[in-house]
Amino acid sequence: MADFFQTLIATIAVGSLYALVALGYTLVYGILKFINFAHSDIFVLGAWTTFAGSTVFLTKFGYEPEQSPWWLGVCVLLLAIFVCGLTGYLIERFAYRPLRKAPRLNVLITAIGVSLLLQNVGQLPGLALVRGPERVVTKPADQLTDREKSTNPEIAGDTATIREPGEALATLPFGSSPKRAPTILPDAVLNETVVASGTSKGGAKRGVIVLDQAIELVPDRGYRLEIARTIDGQPRRESLNLAVEPGKYEAGVELATQPRRNPADLDGARYTLVRDPLVPIRLLDVLIVASSLVLMAGLQVLVFRTKLGSAMRAVSFNVDTASLMGINVNFVISFTFVLGTALAAAAAFLYAMKYPSLQQPASGVWVLLGLKAFVAAVVGGIGNVRGAVLGGFLIAGIEFFGARYISTELRDVYVFGLLIVVLLVRPNGLLGSAVREKV
Amino acid sequence: MKPLAEHIRAITPREAFRPVVMFVPWIVCVLVALGMHTLAPLVVDDYWVNVLRRIGVFIVAAVSLNIVNGFTGQFSMGHAGFMAIGAYIGGGVTYYGSLMLHGSVGDPSFQTHGVLLMLGGVAAAGCVAAGAGYVVGLPSLRLRGDYLAIVTLGFGEIIRVLLELTTKQLYTREEVTLGALFKLPLNGPTGFERIPGYASVFWIFLFASITCLIAYRVKQSSSGRAFLSIREDEIAARAMGVNLTKYKVRAFVLAAFFGGVAGALYAHTGVNPSPTDAGFQRSFDIIIMVVLGGLGSISGSVLAAIILIALPELLRDLQQYRLIVYALLLIIMMLVRPQGLFGVREIWDFFGKKNRPTSKEESNP
Amino acid sequence: MSAAHTDDNPAKLAEQHIRPNTGDGPVMLQVSDLHMAYGAIRALHGVDLTVRQGQIVTLIGCNGAGKSTTLRSISGMCKPQRGKITLEGREILGLPSHAMVRLGMAHSPEGRGIFANLTVEENLELGAFARRDKSGIAADRERALTLFPRVRERMKQMAGTLSGGEQQMLAMARALMARPRLLLLDEPSLGLAPQIVQTIFKIIREINAAGTTVLLVEQNAHMALNIAHFGYVLEVGRIVMARPAKELAASDEVRKAYLGGH
Repeated sequence: MADFFQTLIATIAVGSLYALVALGYTLVYGILKFINFAHSDIFVLGAWTTFAGSTVFLTKFGYEPEQSPWWLGVCVLLLAIFVCGLTGYLIERFAYRPLRKAPRLNVLITAIGVSLLLQNVGQLPGLALVRGPERVVTKPADQLTDREKSTNPEIAGDTATIREPGEALATLPFGSSPKRAPTILPDAVLNETVVASGTSKGGAKRGVIVLDQAIELVPDRGYRLEIARTIDGQPRRESLNLAVEPGKYEAGVELATQPRRNPADLDGARYTLVRDPLVPIRLLDVLIVASSLVLMAGLQVLVFRTKLGSAMRAVSFNVDTASLMGINVNFVISFTFVLGTALAAAAAFLYAMKYPSLQQPASGVWVLLGLKAFVAAVVGGIGNVRGAVLGGFLIAGIEFFGARYISTELRDVYVFGLLIVVLLVRPNGLLGSAVREKV
Repeated sequence: MKPLAEHIRAITPREAFRPVVMFVPWIVCVLVALGMHTLAPLVVDDYWVNVLRRIGVFIVAAVSLNIVNGFTGQFSMGHAGFMAIGAYIGGGVTYYGSLMLHGSVGDPSFQTHGVLLMLGGVAAAGCVAAGAGYVVGLPSLRLRGDYLAIVTLGFGEIIRVLLELTTKQLYTREEVTLGALFKLPLNGPTGFERIPGYASVFWIFLFASITCLIAYRVKQSSSGRAFLSIREDEIAARAMGVNLTKYKVRAFVLAAFFGGVAGALYAHTGVNPSPTDAGFQRSFDIIIMVVLGGLGSISGSVLAAIILIALPELLRDLQQYRLIVYALLLIIMMLVRPQGLFGVREIWDFFGKKNRPTSKEESNP
Repeated sequence: MSAAHTDDNPAKLAEQHIRPNTGDGPVMLQVSDLHMAYGAIRALHGVDLTVRQGQIVTLIGCNGAGKSTTLRSISGMCKPQRGKITLEGREILGLPSHAMVRLGMAHSPEGRGIFANLTVEENLELGAFARRDKSGIAADRERALTLFPRVRERMKQMAGTLSGGEQQMLAMARALMARPRLLLLDEPSLGLAPQIVQTIFKIIREINAAGTTVLLVEQNAHMALNIAHFGYVLEVGRIVMARPAKELAASDEVRKAYLGGH
């Protein structure tokens, strides 16, 4: 049962991300009637901008990843949206607009070209945006290797000092190796239970706590010890695992923790002992779902309740007549395009927070991810805003439940299988209206 | 009834030579392949002979994809899937065939039989790929253009995943049993190893020229005209009595067949076919060749395959820019010359009419 | 040469049939020497026409004469190769369609151009897309809905579900929402039952009486000439006749070719 709910939570969180990306596909398809193959690359751009942006901001403002203030996350999100939106605008303006009246196949091929271009430019070796600390090596002057000699070492007597620039933490373009995005959104398990709290006793290698009340540690559940300390005037929290068997423990008993990596005095620090919940609900997942829902609701209002929204729908129905209404068609198309890319950027930001290990930009993983979002749009009925959202959750559901209960290796097969089945049964998708081609 | 002798007397010389004339193009194919085979080692070194073999394989792949994407205008993006099916079937027949018949793989004394096995493998690969093409094509070709693209892309991905799930390869004769073969011992994600490189320049270019010849014949046939009509306007084609599904599936199956052949040849060029060969990146490579050469132009596909395989070899140092150049080529091509290098035309159409081979309808009254 | 045969001289013939549109009002729309080709197919070979303020001017002709192309060129939906179009003295050739709306021109296109995926109300509001004055829009909306009470009954319906006549009314109401000084109507009677055609033409006259200048393209020459002040006859991309509507309706050529008279 716990498994089921965990899978359900993953489905909802990832499904809302799929839905955001699917909305981008659907918006562009609705208005320009072609698959924007470059959309998944915009998503990649968003994820890597998140990585580069948060690395740069953290270094420049001097914050530790998990202790960064909330506005840093907002800044990075806005940066990702700006970069993706601008790229999206340029793509539409220079690659797609000249082909507005061309056969759709040509536009499709151009989209593939744009996609390949973004991927491969994205992983060119880049210029460093920020570097880590400079590396200084001192060694006897006669032991220098040729490579070290070429870096102009400072030689004072027998010793040589080699100064090497620090490792490039983030580059532009992003380079061809996977990186790990720093966590800049707050994350915690929301529904964990505090079992005990009190004062820690210290201990050099292992932390030791003295229980001030009797507790029972049940098997099969994780326990985590949170110790709050102050280092250099900064509050720090340390998480430790207990090294004791499950069972009942009386007040006053001393419990040891697992060995610690950085031994420091824990004596007198406050501790809390928390029990992991059966089905952990993470703050990050809640943030992801909440912000996705806000964006989707906003989009729904924009498309169906505003003047610009009806202009978008009018352009999607008939470009020529829309322009007779005084609608600047080029503006509306560019706007829709930028809107779709902005949604992808937001999704990419949230994705990079949830799955911080980012593959290199041209990795097949990304294309597959984009394809799944596209499948979500098609399954829901492409061109249909609500369909994209439904499709996103449906695809995530079949992927995660299939992976959990049938076989992990086949997760991509389920998704494409669902696509084929849906297209055969309802060629216009679940919520798509039947569009008959004019004779 | 007239006596037989009168029948014979009634045969004009032209009719008498028809059986011979019929074989001329096929003989030309053999001659081309033989010529390439003899000349290539004299002109270039081993490395470039290998490049030449890859070019040949991709000519087959690109020309066959052109039947679907170019002639018929149905945008298939899963051609690498058919190629991979072909590679694994063809490689499997040769590898496990040699293992069972001879006990080892790649033994020089088994060469002749090995080549025969390879030919059987190529045939099997083509047929299985064509079968897969029928299974995929029949339902999905009812879909409109870009849906088809995405379904075929998904098909390639499914093939990739399924190939990753295959069991470990068997290396000795004792292990090879019918039961073990049913588990598809194709070495999963690491790729199918040790397939002997029987596909010499001769075989590859024999198949390449045959593929071109058949594609050309198809283009000139009534089926070919049906294909082109579907590409130009589906509704008009239907109104003219063209059975859309039938011809789309026919084009698709034909393309899948030769895609499988290309894959089987590829497996015998000394490479290890791996599941990523079924992925969309490989499909994109072939699509780029077709688009660059011109959707519907056979000689265009051939030329594009030559350029796109040879160019990166010449620009080894610029390897990381290869795909950027491809991408820019595609975009600029679509903006400036959307019909590709040759459009639907063939290279000889550009050198006046006298070189154009007579088509069938010109001999009709 | 041919100048000797005065009766056959096309220039002379034209002089007899083509008269300038001399009315009281100032010139609203002036089209001169308009040439338009779709690729190799030439649709217009130098069209000249004048619309004066307060008039209903009609452009009649057969299928393929170039009537719609003329309207589409005026409203910027296609790009003529040569010619000059001025709206109230201002050169407008080459401006995008959406800019024309801001200059006071509304075009109700052939085939009505209803957005079937939007509600009737949304369609109507799109007509006022270029405007910012809320109270003015509300007033025009009232005015349009009073002219077309049938549209008011259908406000919440999807526009695709309307009947042909209702769609035509919606298209005209929508065009009025832009508060145009010049209204271009392309075949408003196309495919409608005779009774509805009557209503539509009655309303066109009302719209004109309220101060909107109308350029009306029609195949139904009888109805069009009945309400128009001035008429042009277009044949294969050329104006062949231009006279006050009453005279055109009475002329033998027009009666033979367009009014079904003998």
